[in-house]
Amino acid sequence: MNRIDGRPRRSLLYIPGNNPGMIQNCAIYGSDGVLLDLEDSISITEKDAARKLVKHALKTLDFGSVERVVRINGRDTPFFERDLGEIIPARPDAVRIPKIDSPDDVRAADDIITRLEEENGMEKGSVRIHAMLETARAIVNASAIAMSSPRILGLTIGGQDLAADLGIKITREGLEMLYARSAVVLAAKAAGLLAFDTVYTDIDDLEGLREQAAMSVGLGFSGKAAIHPSQIAVIHEAFRPEEKDVRKAERIVRGAREAEERGLGVVAVDGRMVDAPVVAQAQRTLELARLAGMEVEAE
Amino acid sequence: MKIETVKNSIGREVPVLVPGLGEFVPFAGPYARLGGDYAWTPRLFPRKVAAPSTDKVAESLEEAIRRSGLESGMTISFHHHMRNGDSLVCMVLSLLEKMGIRNITLAPSSLGDCHDCVADMVRKGVVTRLNTSGVRGEVGRAISGGRFEVPVMIRSHGGRARAIEEGSLHIHAAFLAAPACDRLGNFTGSSGKTACGSMGYAMVDARYADHVIAVTDNLVEYPLAPRISVPQYLVDQVAVVDSIGDPSKIATGATRVTRDPVQLRIAELAFGLIRASGMLKNGCSFQTGGGGPSLAVARYVREYMKEKAVRGSYCIGGITGYMADMLREGLFTALFDVQSFDAAVTTSMADNPYHMEVDVSCYANPFNKGCLVNDLDVVVLAALDVDADFNVDVLTGHDGILRGASGGHSDTAAGAKLSVITIPSMRNGVPSIRERVQTVVTPGETVDAIVTERGIAINPRREDLRSAALDAGLPVKDIRQLKAEIEKITGIPDEVKFSGEIVGLVEYRDGTIIDTIRKVL
Repeated sequence: MNRIDGRPRRSLLYIPGNNPGMIQNCAIYGSDGVLLDLEDSISITEKDAARKLVKHALKTLDFGSVERVVRINGRDTPFFERDLGEIIPARPDAVRIPKIDSPDDVRAADDIITRLEEENGMEKGSVRIHAMLETARAIVNASAIAMSSPRILGLTIGGQDLAADLGIKITREGLEMLYARSAVVLAAKAAGLLAFDTVYTDIDDLEGLREQAAMSVGLGFSGKAAIHPSQIAVIHEAFRPEEKDVRKAERIVRGAREAEERGLGVVAVDGRMVDAPVVAQAQRTLELARLAGMEVEAE
Repeated sequence: MKIETVKNSIGREVPVLVPGLGEFVPFAGPYARLGGDYAWTPRLFPRKVAAPSTDKVAESLEEAIRRSGLESGMTISFHHHMRNGDSLVCMVLSLLEKMGIRNITLAPSSLGDCHDCVADMVRKGVVTRLNTSGVRGEVGRAISGGRFEVPVMIRSHGGRARAIEEGSLHIHAAFLAAPACDRLGNFTGSSGKTACGSMGYAMVDARYADHVIAVTDNLVEYPLAPRISVPQYLVDQVAVVDSIGDPSKIATGATRVTRDPVQLRIAELAFGLIRASGMLKNGCSFQTGGGGPSLAVARYVREYMKEKAVRGSYCIGGITGYMADMLREGLFTALFDVQSFDAAVTTSMADNPYHMEVDVSCYANPFNKGCLVNDLDVVVLAALDVDADFNVDVLTGHDGILRGASGGHSDTAAGAKLSVITIPSMRNGVPSIRERVQTVVTPGETVDAIVTERGIAINPRREDLRSAALDAGLPVKDIRQLKAEIEKITGIPDEVKFSGEIVGLVEYRDGTIIDTIRKVL
């Protein structure tokens, strides 16, 4: 069963959960999704206020086509259950749960969410989970975490915390995170999930972001988090396919459709055999091209 | 003061006679007087023949005032090229107070934040009447609080030039701050420590005022060279003072493109609309300001023109360093500069012959034989509020108090083929699209589109633009739908309470009265 819908998730913009001025503009920043944050950007004294504000925003504001994800506080904090208790009934599209170290952490959240969905008359499984892997242990357990619940939509990596746990320094190039990034992508893809890359923290260095986003796309991430609206366009640009790849994808998709119409099991494009995964990838390329506003031949 | 009013063509109650000010004609449409048949007769005033002089430098500013023959009840003018660094207005008014000159009509091209002293001079009776493009701070509160004897007159930049040329605004003495001036009165704004760039407003005052005093803190060797903005034959006297302004507030440094995501979104949509209109092509002309999303629109335009190898014809208006850079990059053939917005412009104007200084009549006077705005393709303008009829208010704030400037808003909107208003959908939780703006400065008939971060409203008169925008995939919404969407977040604020008393008249560029400003209760 493919549990991933076709919704675009190239960029996810973090919005501090206690900033009404920013929250009211969620629909206009241009990101595919927003991460309404109750965790790191919110000080202890603001936790309750932020939770209430985000809850009401989810219930009342029009987010347009922007996906609504709430980053709650981790299971190791006293806010975990309260966050879920107030946020889930407000029907976000997903919650991003930090500090997921093991399948147990996922199951604990899953149980609470399931109960809340039942109590509030919501469809079971409707609120998805982004599992945030932020420790060495989490990276080692990545595969088991990915397989631990059908509620999981994707895995993501928490760069700052992971660096602290590993005792390493984050560099502009990001090579030190290469293995962890790859591990998260592999574990996610093996379980049929999405993989989201961590933020690029220097908001003044759009060139550095450009390079890192290109790497994220190259490694197979489905999307990348942003901490400032100015980063969104740069991230989207990284997901923009090259013109020649789009034209080739068009030929593959067209070839596949013609083969299907003629009842042929084999697809040949440009004189070469093409199998199902290549067709799927071509379809993905066309989808990204459409999102980037490129002209795509109508199917 | 109780004044009889009639409804003008956009349904605003305006006076036809104001005791102490005279008769007025109600606004009858933006192009009512521009059909080619309307005639005007300049009023003539006697001018004194100045005795030949080889040195016009007065002993002091006070002595210059005395020699000018200025008396109580007369009209004096200033330019606002020194922006918020100007110290001349307050300096002259204090001298007038000291000299016992009262009941002055103050008629600067505009007033800014640095002119709170004017409110004080109104209290003291030194100033009793005001003609200006804009006011801020204390002066705005004084007007909205009803502290002037007769209603203040708000004019657009083009309208002021027209009024001066007609003689309906008759200036007895013009005090013109001169960043570089020689002994015979040649002066310019392109050099000196208080350099401010173009002298476009000063040029018209110098030509028409009965008596012209150039006030400088930088007396240079005769002749001032290579650039003279206002020539000696228009200047009666030169007064030297310690300082005419604060350079740090005159030239505010290079204007930066905003990073505010809401402003950037507005700019992105505004640019999308301009592109969809098809007007960004070889030979196009363009105007945008320096604030809010304007410069960000310019950035999109710049990138687009480079990418598509488009070469425009010219930019006009208040000029920023950003536009000067676009000129240098060859994206436009020339700049017509009536007012310079930042420090970078001064060097550009001094060094680049294609960066031309023009006077404000040339820029926007609708009654001359061809002002620049009439040929303009695209203008991007800001606003305080707009309404469901596309009318624009750039004068009164949400509290009803006067705090803005008419500027070149109505001039450019009327002249340009595409006039785009950029405005955040709300400010501090107050919605920007009203059912009816408090004060109409620019009539909706001359506005083609209103761009907010939540969508674009296009004037129903421009069906062509609407379909082009829709084809380009832009979020076009009916203005009432957009208004309702915004009000879903903000609610609808209570109306400000006004008394019936008229404290200000808003003159449209053609000399008719488009709206009034009422006293705030």
